[in-house]
Amino acid sequence: MGASAPTAAPLSEGLRPRRASALRTPHAKSMGRRPRRSVLLTVLTGLMLVYALVPLVWLAINATKTQQGLLHSFGLWFDADFALWSNIGDTLTYDDGVFVRWLLNTLLYVVAGAGGATFLAVLGGYALAKFDFPGKRAIFAVVIGAVAVPGTALAVPTFLMFSQMGLTNTPWAVIIPSLISPFGLYLMWVFAADAIPVELLEAARIDGASELRTFFTVSLPLLAPGIVTVLLFTMVATWNNYFLPLIMIKDPDWYPLTLGLSSWNDQASTAGGEPVFNLVITGSLLTIVPLIAAFLLLQRHWQSGLAAGSVKE
Amino acid sequence: MIKKARRTARAAGVACVLTLALGLTACGSSDSGTDGAGDPQAALEKGGTITVWAWEPTLKQVAKDFEAEHPKVKVKLVNAGTGDDQYKALQNAISAGSGVPDVAQIEYYALGQFSLAKSLTDLSGRGAGKLASSYSPGPWNAVEDGGKVYALPMDSGPMALFYNKDVFDKHHIKVPATWDEYVEAARKLHKADPHAYIANDTGDAGFTTSLIWQAGGRPYGVKGTDVSIDFSDAGTTTYTKTWQKLLDDDLLAPVSSWSDEWYKGLSDGTIATLATGAWMPANLVSGAPDAAGSWRAAPLPQWKAGDPASAENGGSSLAIPEKSGKKDLAYAFLEYADAGAGVKSRIKNGAFPATTADLKSKEFLDATFDYFGGQQANKVFAESAANVADDWSYLPFQAYANSIFNDKVGKAYSSGTRLADGLTQWQDASRTYGTEQGFNVGK
Repeated sequence: MGASAPTAAPLSEGLRPRRASALRTPHAKSMGRRPRRSVLLTVLTGLMLVYALVPLVWLAINATKTQQGLLHSFGLWFDADFALWSNIGDTLTYDDGVFVRWLLNTLLYVVAGAGGATFLAVLGGYALAKFDFPGKRAIFAVVIGAVAVPGTALAVPTFLMFSQMGLTNTPWAVIIPSLISPFGLYLMWVFAADAIPVELLEAARIDGASELRTFFTVSLPLLAPGIVTVLLFTMVATWNNYFLPLIMIKDPDWYPLTLGLSSWNDQASTAGGEPVFNLVITGSLLTIVPLIAAFLLLQRHWQSGLAAGSVKE
Repeated sequence: MIKKARRTARAAGVACVLTLALGLTACGSSDSGTDGAGDPQAALEKGGTITVWAWEPTLKQVAKDFEAEHPKVKVKLVNAGTGDDQYKALQNAISAGSGVPDVAQIEYYALGQFSLAKSLTDLSGRGAGKLASSYSPGPWNAVEDGGKVYALPMDSGPMALFYNKDVFDKHHIKVPATWDEYVEAARKLHKADPHAYIANDTGDAGFTTSLIWQAGGRPYGVKGTDVSIDFSDAGTTTYTKTWQKLLDDDLLAPVSSWSDEWYKGLSDGTIATLATGAWMPANLVSGAPDAAGSWRAAPLPQWKAGDPASAENGGSSLAIPEKSGKKDLAYAFLEYADAGAGVKSRIKNGAFPATTADLKSKEFLDATFDYFGGQQANKVFAESAANVADDWSYLPFQAYANSIFNDKVGKAYSSGTRLADGLTQWQDASRTYGTEQGFNVGK
């Protein structure tokens, strides 16, 4: 991009607040610690923390027990023998290693579905925030309306439509509906409206950059925190999706983890079935590990994303 | 999150059942499904792939053996859900007209829902009509209707009383031969050990209807689309009077069957008996291994001493959906799994057969169960199978009726509602639903 004076000024102006906010976070932490403490609030927060963590702790503890150990030991403490490693081994190899297959399926649905949903949300949100065109208000109404419709309500009609198109029982049946994220679109729209100064875009246009280039080199970096936020939301939604695949997919080879674990769980309620609660629990633990990892890794970006709006004004 | 989604799934399922029953009238005009039965042998030689929807674990081996015997045939065994989940999926696939499997496992109680809607192939033209004497009366009566055969029985569940002998011995309780003695045993046990219960029961439609069946009650009458529902006959009253005693004195563990708590109770002796189908041993072996050697099987307690009667609980069949495109191949598999070599392999893996030849074979009767301390438990089960009255029928919308059982009868377990009143409410709700679906519902 040309280094002419009018471009440089707004560019650095546009970037500064974001950089500053990213830098300020650790400072604000060490300095803002002082304010008064409320015993009540601390206790309430503590209770919430316990409430949120106990299921996780339960899961971690019980993943170390054998099927028999689960039945005769106390739920929130360890059993005599520590079977976590053999449980993990069994989970990965049970039924010819079908768990690994389900894990890969879930990854596919997340990468294609959540990745695609984020990509579309960024493109759409940016366009809606930065371009004027007729019918924008109508689109706004549709998007807001779509946010209010739960995905589960659309699952059965989508199933009937997809089965006519011969798409059920294929990965497309899960990926295509996952691509639509009205909430993500709305979030990107609001975020892009704030995060990208119009002057910056005008400057880029005056310099002769094409719209596409402006989007990729100027706007996209500014949108990064918002993108991460939307990506996390869509990722969690796709990773935990149960109802849509339940309706669409009957072939265990295409199950995501949620359906697979549920089918293992159902084994316990079948004549002649083998209860494998220990594998269900260990499998559940393994299932949430990647999500926790994603949150920890992307947390930094996400925080600055949340802060971005507040610092800007 | 998942819980919530499942509840929605259930609601959606109800909607699907609705569309199913509405489709009844629409389906009525289509031809009655006498398809051109081809030659299974030729189909086997030609080969192909058939999709089988089933959750029964012993079918895995059967499918493998079948493929080994017919190298050109591939059996795609798919677990599309257990019980109700699978029926919803099957119903959805049938309504959508695509993705319908070639063979589907259907429990006896749910067959009517599919056969009446003409969703299943009539197998009588394929030789299944001649198999009547091959199966014990309960299961055969469930798959046959007016000369048409809608499925082949895969397994059966003649009821028996499984009891924890160690617990009974410890408290010097005699194994009950009648349900009155059972109530006495329940009192004695719970008094001796307040943590222990004679049984668990939180309201289970299949169990309740089975005991009514044994008691001689026939609440359901079905003739085509004429349906009667009446829970006030003598047999039903016999059952409710006795069971009410157990409820009144809190003698039943408030634990739902198949939960982890249930397996725990079966393992540690706090649930001392289990009146259920003969398919139970395999579940005890895998689900309550700690209690190996403690359990025994006994005949189901009787309503009238010296008048042995029994009933079926659970059990399922294999059927061929009308929309399957490979019926010849599918029937070859059905015959192999339910009447041929597959039966032996399934028995070996813990299934309980519906075939009389196996139920009477010496090898089967003499088999000893290590889990039951070496008892020849099959003798108990086979006797039960022979005592099942074969004039019982389920509703053509039993799956729906069972799904609302806990809303109506469940109250008798959780609050002060009388069991008999709960059953009356269930009967009324079932009648209303039946009428809405276009059945002629009478008393």
